[in-house]
Amino acid sequence: MPESSLVRETVRGAGAAGPESLLDVRDLTVSFRTRQGVVRAVDGLSFSLAPGEVLGIVGESGSGKSVSVMSLLGLIRDPNARVEGQALFRGRDLVAMRDKDLRPLRGREIAMIFQDPMTAMTPVYTVGWQIAEQIRAHDDVSKRVAHERAVELLDEVGIPDPRRRVGDFPHEFSGGMRQRAVIAMALANNPSLLIADEPTTALDVTTQAQILDLMRRLRVEHGSSIILITHDMGVVSDIADQVLVMYAGRAAEQGPKKDVFHRPRHPYTWGLLDSVPRPRAERVRRLPTIPGSPASPLDVAPGCPFAPRCRMRHERCDERPELAGGPAHVDACWLPRDRRQELRREVVEAAVAEGDPGDLTEHGAPLDASTPPAPEQGP
Amino acid sequence: MRRPERADSDPGEVLLEARDLTKHFPVRGHSLVGGRQVLRAVEGVSLAVRAGETLGVVGESGCGKSTLGRCLVRLTDVTSGTVSFQGRDITRLSRRQLRPVRRDLQLVFQDPYASLNPRRRVGDILSEPMQIHGYGDRRAIARHVQELLEVVGLNASHVDRFPHEFSGGQRQRVGIARALAMNPKVIVADEPVSALDVSIQAQVLNLFLDLQDEFALTYVFIAHDLGVVRHVSSRIVVMYLGEVVETAVTDPLYDRPGHPSWVGVVQSAPDVEDEEVAPRERILLTGDVPNPVDKPSGCPFRTRCPYAQELCAREHPPLREVAPGRHVACHFPLVTPTGDVAQHALSAGGSGSAR
Repeated sequence: MPESSLVRETVRGAGAAGPESLLDVRDLTVSFRTRQGVVRAVDGLSFSLAPGEVLGIVGESGSGKSVSVMSLLGLIRDPNARVEGQALFRGRDLVAMRDKDLRPLRGREIAMIFQDPMTAMTPVYTVGWQIAEQIRAHDDVSKRVAHERAVELLDEVGIPDPRRRVGDFPHEFSGGMRQRAVIAMALANNPSLLIADEPTTALDVTTQAQILDLMRRLRVEHGSSIILITHDMGVVSDIADQVLVMYAGRAAEQGPKKDVFHRPRHPYTWGLLDSVPRPRAERVRRLPTIPGSPASPLDVAPGCPFAPRCRMRHERCDERPELAGGPAHVDACWLPRDRRQELRREVVEAAVAEGDPGDLTEHGAPLDASTPPAPEQGP
Repeated sequence: MRRPERADSDPGEVLLEARDLTKHFPVRGHSLVGGRQVLRAVEGVSLAVRAGETLGVVGESGCGKSTLGRCLVRLTDVTSGTVSFQGRDITRLSRRQLRPVRRDLQLVFQDPYASLNPRRRVGDILSEPMQIHGYGDRRAIARHVQELLEVVGLNASHVDRFPHEFSGGQRQRVGIARALAMNPKVIVADEPVSALDVSIQAQVLNLFLDLQDEFALTYVFIAHDLGVVRHVSSRIVVMYLGEVVETAVTDPLYDRPGHPSWVGVVQSAPDVEDEEVAPRERILLTGDVPNPVDKPSGCPFRTRCPYAQELCAREHPPLREVAPGRHVACHFPLVTPTGDVAQHALSAGGSGSAR
C-alpha cells in the first residue's frame, strides 16, 4: 500500500528524530503457538509517545491491549510466545533486550500498575515495607531513608495520615487507597513512563476521579509519560492526548484525542462511542449496538477483522485495510474518508431501527415519530 | 429523544414496597475486647416500586444497594422493617409460603457464569423453575424453553449446550431467560451488565427494554454505572452508606442533583466529549466512604461534604420532599422548592454543581 507506507514514513520520521519521542514502537507483533495454529494477539502495532504525553489504548476483551504493553516489558513468559518488531525506549530496543538488561529499567524507568491492586502487593508485608523495598531495589539507600521516602510518597498520592498508615498491611486499606499505594510504589523511582492497565476499573467513580487526577498531576510534576489501557471511552476522553483503538490485535484507528473523539473515522470507534449510555447527555430510546461479539484472537477474519460485525461491510473488506489517512490521524477502513461522518449517522440509524442480530426480539415500542432518531448523541 | 417517564405520567399500582427496611450483619470486632459489632448494610430504607416503571438503585460500592436488592426478593432475611409485594407483607413468610411469590419476583445476577450451574445444560437450567412451579407437562415445558431462548435472542438449538459454551453476553441472556421462565411481574437486576464488554452491554440493555415493553415488566435495576442507570431508569434511588439520600425522576436527578454526595458522584463520572468543551469545573469528593461498621454521627455523608455544618454532625437529616417529586436527605439540599439549583450550590464550595 503506497498510502500506508507514506504514513509509516512520516511517523517513523518523527520517531527517528530521537529526543522528541520517549517510546517508539514499530510493527509490534506478539504471536502464540497453540494447538489451533499460530495466534496473533498483537499484529503490527506502531505508535510513539512523547515525554509527558498520555496515550490511551482502548479496546474490548481479546483486543490485545494488555498483551501489547506486557510484551514491551518482557513480561510475557510463555515459551510459545514470540514478540517481534521494535520498541525503542530512549533509543534502546526493549524487544531485543535480554531480561538482565531489562530488569534495571522495569520499576525504575518504566513502571506498571494493574487493575487489581490487591494482586500487586503481597499481603504479608506492610505497605511501607513494600514501597521501601521497591526503592532499595534500584537505589542504594539505607532502610531509614527508604522508609521516609515511602511516607512522603503515600502523602503525595493522598493517603491521609501517611506516617501511621505506612505500617498498615494492604488488607487494612480500602480499594481506592490500595490503588493509590500501588501508584506510590510505581512512582517510587520517578519513572519516565508509567503503564497503567485498567487502573480505575475496580474503583467507584469518585475514587476513579481522584486517581485520574493523581495521574494528571504526575505528568505535570514529574513529566512522566503515561500509557493508559482501558475499555472506558469516558476515561480516555478525560485524560488522554493520543488515542489508539484496538480491535483483534490491530489498530483500527489512532491519532490525537480530539480527532478520534470529534471526527471518529472507523466504524468500530463509532460503535464504541455511540453504544455507551452517557451520564451527561440526553437519553436515547435505543442504544445503537455493534452486532455480534468481540473477535476471538483464535478466529480473526482474513480481511478487515471488524468486517463480520460491521454494518458498512462491502466486497473490499475481504482485503485487509492498512492504516492510512494520516499524517497524525489514521484508520484502517476502506470506506471513503470524505463521507465518514455521514456514514456514521447512517450506521446509527440502521442500528437503532433494525435491532441487533443476536437479539431476535421484535423491536419493542416504535420510535416516537414526532422527533427524528438522534443519530449522534450530544448537541 | 426521551423515553416517556411512565412513572411520572401514569403512576401504576405499587407492586413492591419496602418500609423502614434495615439489614445488619454481625462482624467480629478487631480487638479481643471489641466483642461483636454490626455492619449496618441497609438502614431505614423505604421505597415503592410501581407497575411498569424501572426503579434504578445507584450508589458507590458498599452503599448497600445489592443487599437492598436481596432483601427485596427475600434472598436474605431482614433485620427489621417490612417488604410487601402487591400489598401482602412477605417479610416473615416461610420458604414454602414464599414459593408462589417467587414466581412473580425474580432476580438477575451480575456474574452470569457464577449464577448458572456449570454442570447442567441450558435446557435443564431453564426448565427447572417450571418443574418446581408446575408449569405443565414435559412437552409444554420443552416448548416454553424454546420460546424463552428465542425471546432473549438465543438460538432454540442452544438447549443442549452448557454455560461455558456461551460468551459472557449470551450467558447473561440465559440468566434473563431463567428469570422470565415463570412470567414474573417484577425483576430485580443486580449489576446485570457490569461484567460485559461495552458492545455487548448495549445489546443486553436493549434486550431489557424490549422485554419490558413486550411483557409489561417492572424492574428494580441496581448498578453503579451512571450512564447505564440513567439510560434504563424512569425513577432513581440514590444510596450512601446504607441509606437513601435522594430519590427523583431520572432527568432532573442528573441535571440538578439535590444531595451533595450525588453531585460529587455525577460530576466525577467521566463522559465522552463529542466536541471541544471548556474543562468542567467539578467538586472532587475527597477521601473514601466511611466504614459501615463505624458510621459517622448525624448525616452519614458529613465527613466528605463540602457544605457540612455543625448541625450535620448533631442531627440525622430525614428524607423529605424538597421539591415536587424530589426527596433529599440533607439539611442543606442543593435544589430549591421549585426544583432549581440552590444559591449555596452556586457559590464558593459548589461552583461546579450548576452545569
